[in-house]
Amino acid sequence: MALKQSAIPFAGTAEQEELLMAVIEKHKGEAGGLMPVLHEAQEIYGYLPIEVQNKIASELNIPLEKVYGVVSFYSQFSINPKGKYKVSVCLGTACYVKGAGNLYEKLKQKLGVEDGGITDDGKFSLEACRCIGACGLAPVLTVNDEVYGRLTEKDLDTILAKYKD
Amino acid sequence: MVNIKINNIACQAPEGSTILEAARMAGIKIPTLCYLKEINAIGACRICVVEVKGARSLVASCVHPISEGMEIFTNSPTVLESRKMTLQLLLSTHDRKCLSCVRSGKCELQTLCHELGVDDEIAYEGENPEFEIDTSSIHMYRDNNKCINCRRCVAACEKTQGIGVIGANERGFATFIGSPFDMGLAETACVSCGQCIAVCPTGALAENDNTAEVWEALSDPEKVVIVQTAPAVRASLGEAFGYDIGTNVEGKMVAALRRLGFDKVFDTNFGADLTIMEEANEFLERFQGGGTLPMITSCSPGWVRFCEAYFPNLIPNLSSCKSPQQMFGAVTKTYYAEKMGIDPENIVTVSVMPCTAKKFELCRDGQCAVPDIQDVDISITTRELARMIDKAGLMFKELPNEGYDNPLGNYTGAGAIFGATGGVMEAALRTAVEKLTGETLKKLDFEEVRGTKGIKTASYTIDGTTIKIAVASGLANARKLLEKVSSGEEKYHFIEIMACEGGCVNGGGQIIQPADVRNNIDLRAERAKVLYNIDSASKIRKSHENPDIIELYNNYLGKPGSHRAHEILHTCYCESHLYK
Ligand code: SF4
Ligand code: SF4
Ligand code: SF4
Ligand code: FES
Repeated sequence: MALKQSAIPFAGTAEQEELLMAVIEKHKGEAGGLMPVLHEAQEIYGYLPIEVQNKIASELNIPLEKVYGVVSFYSQFSINPKGKYKVSVCLGTACYVKGAGNLYEKLKQKLGVEDGGITDDGKFSLEACRCIGACGLAPVLTVNDEVYGRLTEKDLDTILAKYKD
Repeated sequence: MVNIKINNIACQAPEGSTILEAARMAGIKIPTLCYLKEINAIGACRICVVEVKGARSLVASCVHPISEGMEIFTNSPTVLESRKMTLQLLLSTHDRKCLSCVRSGKCELQTLCHELGVDDEIAYEGENPEFEIDTSSIHMYRDNNKCINCRRCVAACEKTQGIGVIGANERGFATFIGSPFDMGLAETACVSCGQCIAVCPTGALAENDNTAEVWEALSDPEKVVIVQTAPAVRASLGEAFGYDIGTNVEGKMVAALRRLGFDKVFDTNFGADLTIMEEANEFLERFQGGGTLPMITSCSPGWVRFCEAYFPNLIPNLSSCKSPQQMFGAVTKTYYAEKMGIDPENIVTVSVMPCTAKKFELCRDGQCAVPDIQDVDISITTRELARMIDKAGLMFKELPNEGYDNPLGNYTGAGAIFGATGGVMEAALRTAVEKLTGETLKKLDFEEVRGTKGIKTASYTIDGTTIKIAVASGLANARKLLEKVSSGEEKYHFIEIMACEGGCVNGGGQIIQPADVRNNIDLRAERAKVLYNIDSASKIRKSHENPDIIELYNNYLGKPGSHRAHEILHTCYCESHLYK
């Protein structure tokens, strides 16, 4: 079974851990305390890798699977960091009917990542997003703040090539 | 009592009953899939729906309580139609390969489809997710393609065992049962207890089948193939052949094993007697010599793994004794091999166990009495033995009752009760107390440690010294007890832990009973009776009086705890850093 986690090593700092501990302390023993802890932990680290989830699980004295079950349930949580270049493909209705789903699949193959994944070199992360309000340009993707529209499969390589370094 | 009407017939049921329970009392079985008494009342599968007069929609009877004057219809056309649709939806994403499925014939999903006349298995053809089968662990596999997301396994792992290495991941249509970060079970701190398998209604979870290796050994003329059967196997095997739960089928089981071609049919009970000799001795050494206390038993490999992962602080407390399975195996490869003049390389020792963790135990480090030769070569569960008997065409019920071979088939009542919670403690006390006092016990029954209660404690005063003991079964119970022990809140001298609730009789390798049986019959108590009956009918009920054990010590081992005994019958443990 392949571990569903990126190859990017975890680089949490002592300050981050201190912040996390304070958050856990605040919500410990609270019914439903896991949700706010996860939210704030994601604020602190930007994502929720196994190291962070493990810490939360052991501090709250619950199994890691309990934490992971919740993290994987809500799409707002991410188990992978964002890449240097964050590729978001709009899967809103307008883009979707114009074939964004297919483009998204192609990008997964090209980058060799899953939904919400990141390439092993940390350069590209890939995710689907909701309508970004550029329906006239459908199908659309963004790389960081750059918007690319009226896409066809052919355009993908050219776009990725722009972000060589 | 609450007055209700079920299918127009007036009846009564205690307040607080669910519709499901009330109907059962009135002799009506409502089908269920996700419901498991005490641990999984989540109202998720909706197969148990019934019509309640005045209610806006069908209600899930497993979670809906009755109320005064309620009128319930359990079999109306709407109800039946709804159940049928539920099944069809389940089938639409199900890997419908009943022909080759390990559970076929005993599968709750299959049975329901049959009962409800679901004749169109592809009524809803849709997107079909494909899951990789998790074959990472030694003891079992998980095949989500046959999973119906009832979460009974999750409840067993988390609530009964207090472990929780499996759970529901993702959401909606994509939901599946898995481990954190989709890791394989082997990477988690799964303890191999198999309780998840025992509660699964379908073929999604099963032990890894090792019968092919057994058949191979049996057909190899070079090999001397020895089989040992754990105490609890004889208390459950009959369930696979139409016997009532709680029937002792020892004699027919021995006959079956002989007819399968095993060269020697021996008994793990002998190994249990041997374990008691070593364990009682170790306890007295620790007790009198200022060793680490409480001493905790180590016969249950699921528990040992739990200790190593979750209570590493208690590793020094674990008895260094190998389990009966392993002690028995060690004796076959040393004493027995020498006695019979057989090269241990040519001996294949097979164990039949009520347990899936035994598959894991036999390949642990420190389980080779003869260097590089495993004490036990293959371990199969009670279920796998039943399959072998079927495959060989043996008509189990028609078989004669036969006895075990000697010398490793001779056992005492103390060895027999090893398979029930409290049994190891009782057997050890019988020997330890006599050794301590040098007198013969007047009463051999230690009632305080019997019964299916999760945690039992007692103290005995012997010649002015008090020995405090505790017994726990089911790892969630064990956790409760050990947290108190670790914090110093409670103090004991001797603790017995078994990973499965009720002990080995309810092990993860026993014959599987569907939820309807599990919810209404206490399997633990019914099967344990078999073992206590064997004990009370035994002429010899103390391990140290087993003549073949005495001979083993006289001719080979010397004394309990001797150097040779340590070489072959003891082992060690180490902390494991797996994901919890
Ligand atoms: S799990 Fe049940 S229904 Fe599914 S293939 Fe196996 S026997 Fe058939
Ligand atoms: S074998 Fe035991 S510990 Fe492992 S997943 Fe199943 S119930 Fe949990
Ligand atoms: S594996 Fe079995 S017990 Fe677990 S959810 Fe699936 S069908 Fe239910
Ligand atoms: S909802 Fe009642 S058995 Fe599943």
